[in-house]
Amino acid sequence: MNDIQDAFWVAFALLWQFDARLFDIVLLSLQVSLSAVLIAALIGMPLGALLALRRFPGRRAAIVLMNVLMGLPPVVVGLVIYLLFSRSGAFGVFGLLFTPAAMIVAQVILVTPIVASLSRQVFETLWEEYRETFESLDVTPAGGVAALIWDGRFALLTALLAGFGRAVAEVGAVMIVGGNIDHVTRVMTTAIALEVSKGDLPLALGLGIVLLLLALAVNAAAYGFKEFAEARVAA
Amino acid sequence: MKDTADILPLALEGVSLRRGNRRVLKDIDCRFDASLAKTLIVGPNGAGKSLLLRVAHGLVAPDAGRVSWRGGAASAREVRAEQAMVFQRPVLLRRSVRANLAFALKGRGLGRTERRSRIDEMLARTGLARFAAAPARALSFGEQQRLALARALIVRPRVLFLDEPTANLDPAAAHLVEELVAESAARGVRIVMTSHDLGQAARLADEVIFLYRGRIKERAPAKRFFERPENDLARAFLRGELLWWRRRRTEAGIDCAPVQSCGPGQEPS
Repeated sequence: MNDIQDAFWVAFALLWQFDARLFDIVLLSLQVSLSAVLIAALIGMPLGALLALRRFPGRRAAIVLMNVLMGLPPVVVGLVIYLLFSRSGAFGVFGLLFTPAAMIVAQVILVTPIVASLSRQVFETLWEEYRETFESLDVTPAGGVAALIWDGRFALLTALLAGFGRAVAEVGAVMIVGGNIDHVTRVMTTAIALEVSKGDLPLALGLGIVLLLLALAVNAAAYGFKEFAEARVAA
Repeated sequence: MKDTADILPLALEGVSLRRGNRRVLKDIDCRFDASLAKTLIVGPNGAGKSLLLRVAHGLVAPDAGRVSWRGGAASAREVRAEQAMVFQRPVLLRRSVRANLAFALKGRGLGRTERRSRIDEMLARTGLARFAAAPARALSFGEQQRLALARALIVRPRVLFLDEPTANLDPAAAHLVEELVAESAARGVRIVMTSHDLGQAARLADEVIFLYRGRIKERAPAKRFFERPENDLARAFLRGELLWWRRRRTEAGIDCAPVQSCGPGQEPS
């Protein structure tokens, strides 16, 4: 019980003192996870649109596969990326192992299926409603997709938030490919894991609370934006 | 009017359509030319009115027969550009009223000022000017349908298809839509519209096509159709009787008079 009380004090003290090391860790966490979500959006949304709008052989299998990949164990992804990026691996020449770049790659792999699956559902629902009207208005395929993205922007934002939540909270992949190197690849989750193994449970829990607050801030900002914008277009 | 040649007449020849193993349109032959302005397609629910319109508009490909414009001489591009459709339920984009109209003009090769003036003109004609900046989906249903009509008309189509555009509207809202349809017809837009509202058909139509179970049973000038319908089923439909008995014999080609009648306004359950 005391540990939990201590944890709140530690979290409060960390934030209050604006600890420079903590700030570095938080910044890196945000950098890695937001970059990963951005890249995953650029890959996952077109993929979701493709799965929603095109009929091709293997489409159903691809949809099921995407849904399965949403549950990829981060440790396994981390291990695969580790093998590929290690000196003897296929991408070893780039020397990316134990850098933030490798962590971003791993998180992109974790987040892309989430963005693709959720955005596919968004596109499918909208397309069902818009299809005849677009055909009647003679909308080009590119124009149609652009309109779906714009009109589905709030639902798509939710898909991105789900992806961000996954990225910022996972520890398995970034630990393996990043190595939890102080000032280089240490992020919130790996720092927590480290403090747990050192036995400093209040500090670990304190960091956990900071991580939660971070996620809260990002989600609140996104939700506020969505409410504000939705009220204006009555989507 | 346009500089280009008229894309009319529109001809449907031997058009048939299946849905599952049901034949929902059967050997439809009809022409729509420029000699009349407003054709109303009437018939009970499930007669195939909406599907006939969709086949004519090019949204649904028929299983047999063909649809041609200007005797098959019109280019595909022309055909797409010169027709528009209003659906029973207006599907509006999640944007402002003005943006919905602008969306229809995209890719039509119009300059900025031309687009703006067309939008302003259309907003004024449909009485939506004061909602220009409002989100389209916050409008009342009647206003939404008028916006859908504005969006169809803004591309200046030669032919406008309307699928039960007033089915979900109250009489006042329906009246506004009817006025717009009549006004468009007066400006030279060829109207092809479905309705199961006989009062509306009588108010608007120059000619009436009576559709029953996927077949055209009668096509006549509006006055003659309402005063002296020739087809038994059309007569029964005008009297507000139910038209669902002895189906097999009807399908075998033997038209039969109703054997049972009900009061007007009732629907088969």
